[in-house]
Amino acid sequence: MAEWVEACAAEDIDEEDVVRFDHAGRTYAIYRSPDDEFFVTDGLCTHEKVHLADGLVMDDIIECPKHNGRFNYKTGEAKGAPVCVNLKTYPARVEDGRVMVELD
Amino acid sequence: MTTAAAGKIKRDYSLVGESARRAVETGLASAEWYHTDIPRKVMKELMQRSDGPAIRDTIVWAAVQIISAAGAIYFWGTWWCVPFFLVYGVFYASASDSRWHECGHGTAFRTRWMNDIVYQIASFQLMRNPVAWRWSHARHHTDTIIVGRDAEIAVMRPPDLLKAALMFTGLLDLRYSLPALFRQAIFGLNAEEKNYIPEMEHAKAVVAARWHVAIYVATVAVAIAFGTWLPILLIGGPRIYGTWHMVLTGLLQHIGLADDVTDHRLNSRTVYMNPISRFIYWNMNYHVEHHMFPMVPYHALPRLHELMKHDLPEPNPSIWHAYREVFPVLLRQLRYEEFFLKRELPPTAKPYRDEFHRLDLLEAAE
Repeated sequence: MAEWVEACAAEDIDEEDVVRFDHAGRTYAIYRSPDDEFFVTDGLCTHEKVHLADGLVMDDIIECPKHNGRFNYKTGEAKGAPVCVNLKTYPARVEDGRVMVELD
Repeated sequence: MTTAAAGKIKRDYSLVGESARRAVETGLASAEWYHTDIPRKVMKELMQRSDGPAIRDTIVWAAVQIISAAGAIYFWGTWWCVPFFLVYGVFYASASDSRWHECGHGTAFRTRWMNDIVYQIASFQLMRNPVAWRWSHARHHTDTIIVGRDAEIAVMRPPDLLKAALMFTGLLDLRYSLPALFRQAIFGLNAEEKNYIPEMEHAKAVVAARWHVAIYVATVAVAIAFGTWLPILLIGGPRIYGTWHMVLTGLLQHIGLADDVTDHRLNSRTVYMNPISRFIYWNMNYHVEHHMFPMVPYHALPRLHELMKHDLPEPNPSIWHAYREVFPVLLRQLRYEEFFLKRELPPTAKPYRDEFHRLDLLEAAE
């Protein structure tokens, strides 16, 4: 059953950046967009299981640090080779300065 | 620096052979690699994309090709065309390799379509299938110089020195590249290509090969129709006479160093080069840095090098120095395949970790 989990403080993430969040044996990536919205996806690239939190956020795109695979972190859509499989996304919201994530 | 010889293991460079199976079994395939510690804020700044440097360099690259081609055409039929062809050839067939590489990573330009256009043009000039090679290069970064996994190992062990020497002429590459394009265009991908290219990309690879083949066929047709070699010397031909600089610089990336390790400091080489070679090569002489952090654009690699050189073996001070270092290693490998150059780290570096050495991994697995 899905539950809301407190992940980190909103201020822990710079604008247009990403951090890693581990919970219950799984790893996630939390993004802060240039327009100050928060998004969450699975933490590993669907191509070679590399942590996306080490990658580069540009506008709506997260680029994997290993092979430069690109995803739209808002929708999870894979944007072309070498990534073919979409990322899973999760709802996120900010409450009292804390980023909350709805996880399965 | 020291040299090292390890226990004898038969290498099988096929991507579907015994070494490939063993690499998966021992965890060498898709392993976790050593990285120098760089603070996230600094790395984020280094990774930032910019169109400016690549637009400037692409204009120079294109202008040199256009001017030298015009000179070659103008002086065609006299010896004066030769220097123009020499310049044209290097910018067509060598500089395109670094453009292909950097745009393939998507790091040259900030704007995606600019990366894609230069990538397609450079792929054509190199006679490389733009789809197939994108995937082989992804594998090269996942499993750098892992035998049986990396499709881009230029000099295998024991080294074939005649073959390595012939690489400078471009003949060997042409013998592989052009028939591969024709085969892909007519019959599709072979088993090895299917090993590293996902099925959903197979059709795209075939279409790309057909476009390349169509242009080459048209070039030959024009040459025959007008009874001149000129079109072939301008399109396709530079792959023979202009490849030498790509090989001169590219061979140094990994040759003579360790294989089957997961620390780029052991299997990659940084070489200081003259500014012209660095322009042609787009700073890929900082090769350890590039492999450790492939997200950093070519124009930021010198800055990255300054930040992490305390953790790297001393770079070779010149291309000549690097070849002088490599040649005796290759000669030794003719008799002792396991021999390789283990480059010493400065006292400021984190030591090589035993678990990153192939032998330890293999011994642990046995």
